[in-house]
Amino acid sequence: MQFAGIDIGSRTIELVVMDQAGGIVSSLKADTGFDPVEEARRMINGVRFDRIMATGYGRNLFEISFDAPTVTEIKAHARGTRAFFPGALTVLDIGGQDSKVIALSTDGRVKKFEMNDRCAAGTGKFLEIMARALGFRIEDFGREALLAEKSLNISSMCTVFAESEVTSLIARGQSRVEIARGLHASIIRRLTGMIKRVSPEGDVVFTGGVANNPCMRALLEENLGRRVIIPEDPQAIGALGAALMAAELP
Amino acid sequence: MGEDYRRMWTDLGLDLGAHDALVGALGKAYQDIYLAQKDRPLGMGYFDFVMSEVHGLRIRELLDEKKAGRRIIGSYCVFVPEEIVLAANATLVGLCSGADFAMEEVERYLPRNTCALIKSSFGFKLGKVCPYFESADMIVVENTCDGKKKAYETLNDLVSNLYVMDLPQVKSENGRELLKTEYNRFRKAVEELTGVAVTAESLKQAIRTVNAKRAAIHRLSSLRKADPAPISGLDALLANQVFFYDNPARFTVSVEKICDELEGRIKEEKGAFLAGTPRILVSGCPQAVPNWKLPFIVETSGAVIVGEESCVGERGTRNLTDESGETVEQMMDAIIDRYFQVDCAIFTPNPDRLEHIREMAAEYRADGVIHYGLQFCQPYLMEAIPVEKALEGQDIPCMRVETDYSMEDVGQLKTRIEAFIEQLR
Repeated sequence: MQFAGIDIGSRTIELVVMDQAGGIVSSLKADTGFDPVEEARRMINGVRFDRIMATGYGRNLFEISFDAPTVTEIKAHARGTRAFFPGALTVLDIGGQDSKVIALSTDGRVKKFEMNDRCAAGTGKFLEIMARALGFRIEDFGREALLAEKSLNISSMCTVFAESEVTSLIARGQSRVEIARGLHASIIRRLTGMIKRVSPEGDVVFTGGVANNPCMRALLEENLGRRVIIPEDPQAIGALGAALMAAELP
Repeated sequence: MGEDYRRMWTDLGLDLGAHDALVGALGKAYQDIYLAQKDRPLGMGYFDFVMSEVHGLRIRELLDEKKAGRRIIGSYCVFVPEEIVLAANATLVGLCSGADFAMEEVERYLPRNTCALIKSSFGFKLGKVCPYFESADMIVVENTCDGKKKAYETLNDLVSNLYVMDLPQVKSENGRELLKTEYNRFRKAVEELTGVAVTAESLKQAIRTVNAKRAAIHRLSSLRKADPAPISGLDALLANQVFFYDNPARFTVSVEKICDELEGRIKEEKGAFLAGTPRILVSGCPQAVPNWKLPFIVETSGAVIVGEESCVGERGTRNLTDESGETVEQMMDAIIDRYFQVDCAIFTPNPDRLEHIREMAAEYRADGVIHYGLQFCQPYLMEAIPVEKALEGQDIPCMRVETDYSMEDVGQLKTRIEAFIEQLR
């Protein structure tokens, strides 16, 4: 038997297929694009699995089109994280359009969680827009920001206002790496508060696409004073969790 | 019939085009949210009918009552004592405040950062789409939260028949004294409006009528303790919403009829949801018609709502008025005692509310509590934090939701609510 999990996010779709023993058979990733169902169909086409579970913001669309069971991102990330880090009690997941902090009980159940409710402040989308405003490739954004000697203060967390704040800093001739560093720092300040509210101590496992950004990790560790652990492929954790749960279905 | 209503609405001064749009949207929402539910009790047919005629037949009835010499009083709050209204030969109706309407117009009068409920009450007036408001001979508003208090100052410039009731904010002797003064002043105002004096006999009868209506709701609530839940939270909420509009005696009979049916269902272990479905208690701000957003999301995400700790729910209907008084004064005292127990978040401190949430969670066997707060509603949003802490201290999962009447956060809300429900399984 093979089990698949598909995580349909706002920016990317991940598909993970596992065998009975829990080994990863394949792991695919694609941009969500404008038609998530079609993209998902393309991805699962030709991939062998006996059962699939969907998660991510597109899970309900997938459920309707493919008659598959679904699970929320929150539980999927919790499950996926515990597969790699059996003792993890705190998960931070930052994807394209939302960020969430999940506190787990010792047996791995979701105890409490918090997520941003309406806007894209502090999410992958925010970083993408800011990287573009500063002329960085998103892949290099964090690495470049880490090179800055100091951090410029960015006060606005709203994507729209922050962008105009960045524009005016550029116009004043400020260093763009320092602006970049400041943007990362402003997100981290907000996240630190959210993490402390939900889970006051212990290591934090950082998942989702934004975990690939080295500046986010470094600043988070520094600000939080706690160890931040990043899985090998942080973007695939949701899909992996869904695949594991597909395997556990009766 | 349809033409008749149109003439009636025109005579009331409604904006027919806007009203058509509202009624159309309401009908569609009712179809998608209510009629799409499975395994509903047959007795809900009555409420489906009431909703289909909420701006039609019910308004016609109120206008007929007016013709026969009764007066109509509109209100927005459970502190307005229906007993006094009925005893003086008037009818009390809840006024519309559960949907966004004419928001651009509203924001000329109220700041944008005002709670959805207050804005909505203005929207229905300014958009000329609430036949209840336009039928009312007196609009009773009350000094509860700051938002309402100040908004009513503005509303007073828009209408000629506003009556402002002051309310205490502390449960002290002075507080009770204030409520007493205000209820007596209100009684006089209603008597003046109707020209009918409240007598011991009429007040006793009114207390009985309102108590019967509350007792029917209590019976309905207690049937929701069963697993499987015999009725959906949406349907039970609707009954609690119609409580504010319907003829009291007819409402009582209709709720009792549903209860008989539900008792049969419970015996057969039939439910609106499967046994073992996660059970949610909703606590917080009132949910006025047609604000069905939260229960709709909850009940299409795999859980059932088993109680509402809310003004449109148990906070509003808890406790009967003592019927044993013989004089008007004794009965007025009983009425004051009854209403003074309402644990609205405008009171400080307000420990009874937390106690009631705990009690309800235990009684209705809720697996978790969703605290429903309207954005910018300071009293409830402020209480939400200590409520959540206290519940979690007792291992009752709690999630705070802060939202409004718009649909823009439905996707995010659904994810959060689904995850909360997963947490309860």
